[in-house]
Amino acid sequence: MGNQRNQFFKVSLLVISLFALGACSSTSETEEEPSSGSESGASSSNSGSASSNAGSSSGQLTQEEIRAQNALRQTVFYFDFDVAEFKPADRETLTYHARDLAANPSKRLRLEGHADERGTREYNLALGERRANGILNYFIVNGAARSQIEVVSYGEERPQQSGQGEQAYSRNRRVEVVTQ
Amino acid sequence: MKLRTFFLLSGIISCFTLQSHAELSIQITQGIDNPIPVAVVPFTNESGGPFSQDVAQIVTNDLEQVGEFIALSRSNMLSMPSEEQEVFYRDWRLLAQDYLLIGKINQQPGSQLVQVQYEFFDINREMKLAGEVLTGSVTQLRDIGHTISNVVFEQVTGIPGAFTSQILYIVSEGAGPATTLFRLEKADYDGARPQILLESAEPIMSPSWSPNGQDVAYVSFETDLPRIYIQNIATGQRRQITNYPNINSSPVWSPDGSKLAMVLSKDGSPDIYVQDLNNNELMRVTDHPAIDTEPSWTPDGRHLVFMSDRTGQPQIYQIELGANSYNVERLTYDCFQCAKARFLPDGLNLVHVRRETRQSPTYQISILNIETLRVITLTDTALDESPSLAPNGSMIMYATKFNGRGVLDAVSIDGRVKFRLPSSQGDVREPSWSPFLN
Repeated sequence: MGNQRNQFFKVSLLVISLFALGACSSTSETEEEPSSGSESGASSSNSGSASSNAGSSSGQLTQEEIRAQNALRQTVFYFDFDVAEFKPADRETLTYHARDLAANPSKRLRLEGHADERGTREYNLALGERRANGILNYFIVNGAARSQIEVVSYGEERPQQSGQGEQAYSRNRRVEVVTQ
Repeated sequence: MKLRTFFLLSGIISCFTLQSHAELSIQITQGIDNPIPVAVVPFTNESGGPFSQDVAQIVTNDLEQVGEFIALSRSNMLSMPSEEQEVFYRDWRLLAQDYLLIGKINQQPGSQLVQVQYEFFDINREMKLAGEVLTGSVTQLRDIGHTISNVVFEQVTGIPGAFTSQILYIVSEGAGPATTLFRLEKADYDGARPQILLESAEPIMSPSWSPNGQDVAYVSFETDLPRIYIQNIATGQRRQITNYPNINSSPVWSPDGSKLAMVLSKDGSPDIYVQDLNNNELMRVTDHPAIDTEPSWTPDGRHLVFMSDRTGQPQIYQIELGANSYNVERLTYDCFQCAKARFLPDGLNLVHVRRETRQSPTYQISILNIETLRVITLTDTALDESPSLAPNGSMIMYATKFNGRGVLDAVSIDGRVKFRLPSSQGDVREPSWSPFLN
């Protein structure tokens, strides 16, 4: 399997190092998603697809493209307690997601909103939707079409981390961007 | 002496019987200071048996669980009568008992039918208060025990017993992201005899009994989106009630069973709607850009109580059906968050979930009297939610966390008595207490 994909891994050293820097600065919130950048070494045991990078056949990505790729790999966005607006620090990343939707009209996303377990369940269901809608509206303002995005809230029903306490709660107040 | 017959439903129900399930067993966590002493003598097996269920023990457990009673230990009994002629009031007065229950069981040879005769006495007044012969299948001894408990409870307290009532609740297996299974289950009020009504890899929420006890409305994510369903409890037959865009949640039956209040966010933000179950006509009740959710009906069926965060935090409001959606009356002011409210049958006392201040992140079950504005907080755990009222109005069952797991607790409406239904596996939550079932 891995050999068949070698053509996708012709990435220059410069790009690799930039990628590594980018990866360091992105938070641990990033969901694991295999990419060409993380498989630069000869020892790579490839498990995922890197086909989205195939377009840059020259192997040379601009810094802007790298930034965009890093941004698109962040698919989970965390929220403060009792707050429906996404964190200002996520604005740039979300802008890249919106531009990606605008540039790829056939792309479809699902925004899954979640809440922590404090407060009543049905209120949390509504809070999860409010959070997801905040990102939905931001995507639309930045060029995405409404028809590309489905919103669903799971409230507190699908926690990312079980247990009581802010450690778990901060992981559970989130919106997940799921590509369909 | 009255005769009652228990109808056999087991054939219909058996297809939903659990293979593996959360076995719930009850535990009294707080009783009252001066419980009423009652002697429940082991029932005599006159013929047939031995039986899998100890009827006298079932009655004893029932009476002690609600906290009003303390049962005499069997080893302290001076005699074990099984009919009236064998009762010597002096024996029981010596043991400081106020009440006495005795009985006997007959099973016809080769038959599944049993006859349970019981008699209930007031020791101080030296008189028989009640007695009858109950007939049913040998598999229904638990039902017969609960029925006797109902009679005893009503004779002593004047309030109908709720021991034959049942509960619905949600169980999830596997914690956090590893959750693999969600179940809607039904059990006796004390958690015994759980049955699966629905099992899904996607969340199930907000079970609600129909007023006639035959159907349950709930939210299921089985299509990847929250939608409202109604399921017949005996047959398992179900139908999808809603398919509106966005949130479809919080179904609650009107007192007459003809309508379903619900929450829909199809027009932007969650608002309260009422759907007529006969003609499917949908009526919008609230219209506000904030979150309006958790509807409940007032006892007269003319108003809806709901939660809204239109002032920034959840508070409880009331609106008359058919009134202008701006004509909303706010009911709570003195809490940081007040939510999930419903009136007791008196229409004055409002059961709700309360978070007192922003600084103390605890959620407790409270009752607000909307005339005197007096608040009684019934629970002292931190994450209490989903209060549901027993059909006789005497207790509230609610969900809380114990050792990091979801469990069901019950508390008397005066806060004096508490009991817990621990589960051996999974997180249990969202109890819905049945109406009186017959």
